[in-house]
Amino acid sequence: MLTYFRNIGQGIMTIVSSMAIAGRHLFTPSVTLQYPKEKWLLPERSRMRLMNKIEDCIGCGQCARSCPTECILVKTEKRGKEEAPVFASDGTAKKLRTYVFDIDMALCCYCGLCTFACPTQCLIMTGEYEYSVYDKDEHIYHFAAEKPLTVAGESRQNPPEG
Amino acid sequence: MESVAQLLEKIPKYDALPETISALMPILASSVILFAMLALAVLFMVWLERKVSAHIQDRLGPMVVGGWHGWAQTIADALKLLLKEDIVPASVDRVLFKMAPFIVFLGAFAAYVVLPFGSSSFVTDLNIGILYIVAVSSLSVIGIIMAGWSSNNKYSLYGSMRAAAQIVSYEIPAAVAIMTVVLFTGSLSMVDIVRAQTGGIQNWFLFRNPFLFLAFVVYFIASLAEVNRTPFDLPEAESELVAGYHTEYSGMRFAFFFLAEYANMFLVASVATTLFLGGWTQAVPASIMPQIVPGPVVFFVKALILIFIQMWMRWSLPRLRVDQLMYINWKVLLPVSFALVLGAGWMATL
Ligand code: SF4
Ligand code: SF4
Repeated sequence: MLTYFRNIGQGIMTIVSSMAIAGRHLFTPSVTLQYPKEKWLLPERSRMRLMNKIEDCIGCGQCARSCPTECILVKTEKRGKEEAPVFASDGTAKKLRTYVFDIDMALCCYCGLCTFACPTQCLIMTGEYEYSVYDKDEHIYHFAAEKPLTVAGESRQNPPEG
Repeated sequence: MESVAQLLEKIPKYDALPETISALMPILASSVILFAMLALAVLFMVWLERKVSAHIQDRLGPMVVGGWHGWAQTIADALKLLLKEDIVPASVDRVLFKMAPFIVFLGAFAAYVVLPFGSSSFVTDLNIGILYIVAVSSLSVIGIIMAGWSSNNKYSLYGSMRAAAQIVSYEIPAAVAIMTVVLFTGSLSMVDIVRAQTGGIQNWFLFRNPFLFLAFVVYFIASLAEVNRTPFDLPEAESELVAGYHTEYSGMRFAFFFLAEYANMFLVASVATTLFLGGWTQAVPASIMPQIVPGPVVFFVKALILIFIQMWMRWSLPRLRVDQLMYINWKVLLPVSFALVLGAGWMATL
């Protein structure tokens, strides 16, 4: 009989105390971020969408080779001897003409390995993260600016596996 | 209903209508008014529920639709539910399946007929008002069992069996708690019960004497179980039964279950307001402060406070186990309510 009343008393105390806790939370400021209106301050050096400064790219294909998901496609051809030499901003000669430089951001796992491999530091990760699209193909970003002179003369392809 | 009838008389050429139609018109008009009011109240309550739950969990809840704190979110949701495809699964009992939501809703809606929202705003004043409410609100059990059985789904069936067991058992302490009030008024009419409480907060049955206060607590707990609210939401325990008896329902029919759930919530809050919180009467007696606030507003404020407490409980307490549910009913609430009837009867004869 005593336990019966003790149980009832305990039940009431539990209800009161849990409701008090819930009531306190009713007035604590919420942690929700109203996303499109407010945004998080991104941490420094956040790894988001890739960007290639194509003027500095020497077309070496190191990035494509280091990518674990093989989402970078580089196609280059040798510049002719008679052409005027082109240089990247750090002085490296651009001996190859990069006529395809595609990054499929839908495949990218944002590891950042490609940016370490790049000898001219032209491949960087930006802080841009709002780039959802309706068609997956729109996630393939084309950076190449030049046209190939000879399609048949493709000297270099995306390096084979391994 | 009388005032509705008087309003209808003002319509030009109203007398020209045939007798049978003009006799039906006030009934039709008052049920339309009642339904519109109920729908608005439910829309508001759903919004409030989402806001209360969100803020208790340190979230914000709906914030976008309609501008100010997402006030139009439930309107958008209701529209969405109305426009959704009405899916009737292949192996259900079609007749019962289609009828069930409306019977559940009917059980809740029919009770609104006798609720006195103000001194003259009620549809009808039955002399057995509160008994009528207790009787018709248990009609929804039939609808719930129909829904569970006809769905041909084990979760639905479990949910409806639990609901039936729970509602039928918790009706007893609720009705006994209601009886304590009837001992004091000597009348079952809702209007008479409110009239017995006029003259300020000290005349409300809640504060008249300790027995009635405890009766209010018993009624409140039992009514939570009757409307399947947490901590008594076993019939629709999401973590065990998917969604309980309305697992198979979608679109419009689901909306009716939803409507019925909130209509029931509002109903039990209104009954508690009428019985214990003085219905439409104001806390300050008329002799001290003129009664400028209209009765229905006072009534709604009181009912909303009770509904808020229901929501507050819902988001603080975990769900009971089935055996605990039955323990609370048969071993705690029922003896307590009997003792309260004895005590209140003794007080009433003093
Ligand atoms: S970030 Fe990683 S996955 Fe993405 S392109 Fe660079 S190497 Fe490939
Ligand atoms: S590693 Fe750098 S320079 Fe080489 S192809 Fe990639 S982006 Fe261009």
